[in-house]
Amino acid sequence: MSILSEHVSSFTPRWRRFKDRLATVSVTAGGASVLGAILLIFFYLLYEVLPLFGSADVEPRAEVASPFASAPLYLAVEEQTEIGFAVFANSSGSFFQLDSGEVLLTSDMASELGAVTAVAEESPAKRMIALAHESGAVSLYAHEYRLSYPDGNRVITPRIERSYPALDLRVANAPVTQLAVGETDDALVLISLNAVGVLQAQRFNRSENFMTGEVSFDAELLTLPPLAGETAAFHVDEDLRWLYHIDTKGGFTVINLRQRDAMGKLEVASRGELFDRGGQLSESAMLLGGISLLVASDRGELVQYFMVRDGEGGHHLQRVREFDTDGIVITTLLPEHRRKGFLALGRQGEVQVYHTTAHRRLLSESALPLGGGAAAISPRADALLLVDSDGSLRSWHIDNEHPDISWSALWTEVWYESYDEPEYVWQSSASDNDFEPKYSFAPLAFGTLKAAFYTMMIAAPLAICGAIYTAYFMAPALRRKIKPMIELMEALPTVILGFLAGLWLAPLIEDKLTAVITLMLALPFGVILFAFLWSRLPRAIRSWVPEGWHAAVLIPVVIFIGYASFASNDVLELLLFNGDMRNWITSELGISFDQRNALVVGIAMGMAVIPTIFSISEDAIFSVPKHLSYGSLALGATPWQTLVGVVIPTASPGIFSGLMIGLGRAVGETMIVLMATGNTPIIDINIFEGMRTLSANIAVEVPEAEVDSTHYRVLFLAAFVLFMFTFMVNTVAELVRQRLRIKYGSL
Amino acid sequence: MNKMIDEQELHNDQAPGVKAWLRSGDPLIWLNGAAVSVCVIAVVGLLLLLAVRGLSHFWPADVLAVTVSYQGQSRELLGEVVEEVEVSGGQLREAGFELQGSGPFFQRTLLKQGNRDFLGTDFTWLIDEQFGARRFPADLLVVERLDWGNFYGYLRGVNRLGEAPITVAEQGEATTLAALQTLIADTVAVREEIDHIEQGAIGTINYDLERLRLRERGLELEGRLDALAQAELASERAELELRFRELQDQLYVLYDSIKDHSYSAELADGRVVTLPIAKVVRAYQPNAMNVPAKMSMYGKRLWEFLSQPPREANTEGGIFPAMFGTVLMVILMSIIVTPFGVVAAVYLREYASQGFVTRTIRVAVNNLAGVPSIVYGVFGLGFFVYFVGGELDQLFFPASLPRPTFGTPGLMWASLTLALLTLPVVIVATEEGLARIPSTVREGSLALGATRAETLWRVVLPMASPAMMTGLILAVARAAGEVAPLMLVGVVKLAPTLPLDANYPYLHLDQKFMHLGFHIYDVGFQSPNVEAARPLVYATAFLLVVIIALLNLTAVSLRNRLRERYKSLEH
Repeated sequence: MSILSEHVSSFTPRWRRFKDRLATVSVTAGGASVLGAILLIFFYLLYEVLPLFGSADVEPRAEVASPFASAPLYLAVEEQTEIGFAVFANSSGSFFQLDSGEVLLTSDMASELGAVTAVAEESPAKRMIALAHESGAVSLYAHEYRLSYPDGNRVITPRIERSYPALDLRVANAPVTQLAVGETDDALVLISLNAVGVLQAQRFNRSENFMTGEVSFDAELLTLPPLAGETAAFHVDEDLRWLYHIDTKGGFTVINLRQRDAMGKLEVASRGELFDRGGQLSESAMLLGGISLLVASDRGELVQYFMVRDGEGGHHLQRVREFDTDGIVITTLLPEHRRKGFLALGRQGEVQVYHTTAHRRLLSESALPLGGGAAAISPRADALLLVDSDGSLRSWHIDNEHPDISWSALWTEVWYESYDEPEYVWQSSASDNDFEPKYSFAPLAFGTLKAAFYTMMIAAPLAICGAIYTAYFMAPALRRKIKPMIELMEALPTVILGFLAGLWLAPLIEDKLTAVITLMLALPFGVILFAFLWSRLPRAIRSWVPEGWHAAVLIPVVIFIGYASFASNDVLELLLFNGDMRNWITSELGISFDQRNALVVGIAMGMAVIPTIFSISEDAIFSVPKHLSYGSLALGATPWQTLVGVVIPTASPGIFSGLMIGLGRAVGETMIVLMATGNTPIIDINIFEGMRTLSANIAVEVPEAEVDSTHYRVLFLAAFVLFMFTFMVNTVAELVRQRLRIKYGSL
Repeated sequence: MNKMIDEQELHNDQAPGVKAWLRSGDPLIWLNGAAVSVCVIAVVGLLLLLAVRGLSHFWPADVLAVTVSYQGQSRELLGEVVEEVEVSGGQLREAGFELQGSGPFFQRTLLKQGNRDFLGTDFTWLIDEQFGARRFPADLLVVERLDWGNFYGYLRGVNRLGEAPITVAEQGEATTLAALQTLIADTVAVREEIDHIEQGAIGTINYDLERLRLRERGLELEGRLDALAQAELASERAELELRFRELQDQLYVLYDSIKDHSYSAELADGRVVTLPIAKVVRAYQPNAMNVPAKMSMYGKRLWEFLSQPPREANTEGGIFPAMFGTVLMVILMSIIVTPFGVVAAVYLREYASQGFVTRTIRVAVNNLAGVPSIVYGVFGLGFFVYFVGGELDQLFFPASLPRPTFGTPGLMWASLTLALLTLPVVIVATEEGLARIPSTVREGSLALGATRAETLWRVVLPMASPAMMTGLILAVARAAGEVAPLMLVGVVKLAPTLPLDANYPYLHLDQKFMHLGFHIYDVGFQSPNVEAARPLVYATAFLLVVIIALLNLTAVSLRNRLRERYKSLEH
């Protein structure tokens, strides 16, 4: 026993000291972990967002000297960037390994029609090409890749297949120098320029036999209107509606392939000059989706055009945006296959990467030694392939994950394809592949602020007036009951407020709109009228109600005014608005009315925000030192004068801080907005229309966004914007509050 | 003080003129008072609305039988009156109705006519002026069913398999009804047995089979799947499959034993239909019930709501899994958040020197409290689920890849995310409690030779424990009502199993779960039959409000008790 106690006593001081130090270390670590948590959120969001603003990168991948004898007329790469495909003038097509240059398969491509003089690609996604042969005949081919996994390894089997081999597609009698092809479900259009300089357009209308499924075409020669100048390039859009013709002097003519004039000639839809700074066309291409035309001049101008409806029902080719090339003359344009971006290769071997919607140049590098030849971009836009005129093969990796986002794409008006004017649009996904994602934060930020604005319109007066009364006028006994009651409202889950707003309040307001507006107007006047009548009452009656119980006296009054407003709804509606105010608003005032609108959100979110503002403001007013107001009252000021002149100025930083925190809550609130509005991303201040806020947008779209895709990161950016906004608002509020505390301390 | 001055003023100027009265600021005081009244009315009104709508749903309302005639045609209708509104005649005429009456307003009634399998829709709006006499026939039967919603009709007969049918025409109303009730009770008992087998034994076997598959894959990945291991796995699998077949046979027998019982009933339009008993939950005649009987039925239905899983796309049945999920998530969250919150508060109040760092941490805490909850959700999804969860899957669950185990939203990530979200609540409440402990107590302990850690552990923390409880309760209340972040990190509209069951490891942290708040959102806004689901949403909302209000009131009373305690310490 004594040994044990001796042992313990010799051990204890050190053990105790150790424990003490351990406690200090772990508690300090715990305290720091809070700071760590907020920093973690900040940096993690930033980590997810930053790749959006990174630039692209190009790195050499492989170089093989002369696997081919000459440069091909056409070059393509398959999805996995393992195999390339080249078409040569001698009517042969070769599949080859990208990295080794080894030729896997060489197929004959209608060599019976003669050597190939021109190749046109229908659209990258369809992998369909048209070959013009020396004889003036055209053959159509598709290159395809089949994936199989024998023994768990990926094997790609390429092949080419001729489309409509039986069809005689003869476009000219002279060799064709340039060709354009377009195909839809019901027609095939071939535009050709022959060596003599004659431009010809042909349409092959498709008809399918319902019984046999056999497809047959009948040819139709389209008569072109007279075109000024010598043809430099031409393109057909995806719907086979417009033919874009560009002459050597940089002038353009857009021909409507669907409309003929009285003479049977196709109509010209639009004419003009492409380049502001003059110069000749150096390269042109259609962007993914076949709507936008990209043109580059030999003076370094690079412009995007597309057709836009004008006021008179016609169309014109609209100069949409110009890209800054740094004066580099672009000789090759390679549109990406899945995004609205493109690669531009310059005369001196420069490589530039652009994105149209984001209006952004992601890369400009000068060091690539490019020779004349053919170039191709891989479907995932992660590889660039070149075959020089001497037949040598070179490829590069492209690292360009998120080109779609830029400051201008997020916050300024963007002219999207098929839109009549630049607009703010949020539309992150659609069913088709060549969709142009529209990531404008403007409608979401507007919706957020609109919801917060109407919320504050309703919450701020109620909360602050309530706080003033509770802190300054209310009898202490009543205050002890009222304050926890209003603060209990803060604990009310917002999902319940949202559900009531969406399923109960929204239909109620739609039905009894007149009553709601009457109530808002009648309430203040009714209360003042009651107060006036009250002041006329004999003192004997008034003294039944102790001072500071106004609020309790008013409860039946408010209920009565509410009841009267709703009871008079139908009569008023009949008298003033032909029995239906909602209808009247839409038809007489021309204001559109949604059932789930900003008014509903304002009221519901007001309920969520009132307790926050109320609680903080009430504390601020209540903690104003009593001797200040006593001094004022002693000098003869009325209670109201004391309040306005002394108490509120002293407490104003606290009230301000409450308002800021309330605003922060209104901005970040999700469930109420999600449930009480239609969630349409529109920019309209109209109180009777809905909105989509940043937070609701995140809640709706994050579960569907593919991890680490641009869309996913944009939603993280939205979260980051919300985080930063509330961070600033809260920090300001907190600093103000800390200053207030020091100020009261000195009083 | 104010009062005195007011009274003095009143003495001086008994009845001031209107102008003087306006100038005195009195009307503005009244207006401020009105703001408080409006807030109070809003809070109380909201709670009353939820209570009335939520609780009235379980009351077996009388069922109306009425003849509706319109444009010379008449039809019989049965149903519960759900809502009555006044509509202006103009609106109705615009909608194409022919009206007889002249009054500017017409009463419309929303009737829950049930019988979705025969009538197509279970709710219908009617104009009251088309109603004939309203009748409440005592023999009107309401049948709650597993699918197609409620059935309303007149009982005509009961058919127990293998016995002679009992019909109202021959044996009389009372006997038939009694036979129906016995048959329902028997069927329900069998159905419970079926559920027990399906959820219990078969669920376990499926779970074991899945674990076998994972073990096999794990061995394969490690390269240890030799013939011996394969044989062992095969024998275990064979055994499980044998047991599975046995149970399945047992189930078939049970199913067969109830599937052919039926009852026949007459619809409002006179059609007599025969329906299976196997799909019946309960049957009753509300118009014949007196108040005590109705109260007993009310209790039964309320209990069903609290104890049963939902059915019919969440529009009928109970919310037990949602309650269970909420509670479990909140408990896990509390386990995570309490130590962190308390330690952080202790640091801020007891250890840190009150300087720049503490101020920064305070700002951080306040900011954490102000960050929108959806941002926590996004953070939880990106960081916890995809980043941490993805890594965990690579390290510990390679066998089940590419199907994620922790790399997908689930219970653990939901608890962690909400723990982060409620951290400031615990910190602020605990700090407040620590601040209230008089420094003399600490000094006394230190003076007696205790170290700082001992003072903290033996003196300060025990005294602050009510404050910690307060913080925890407030955190729980906040977490129970939070939905937005949960939508991203783990809740689902319908979870097939509870996250806590009899299968090892009993608590399935990787599972998705149901949550009361999300249930409200989902049933109220994503349900195919919103009208039918609405009463249940009100009931769920009311339940959630009650839970949260109780938690908050507990916190408030704890805080008050705490204050009392230190008041006595200070003297």
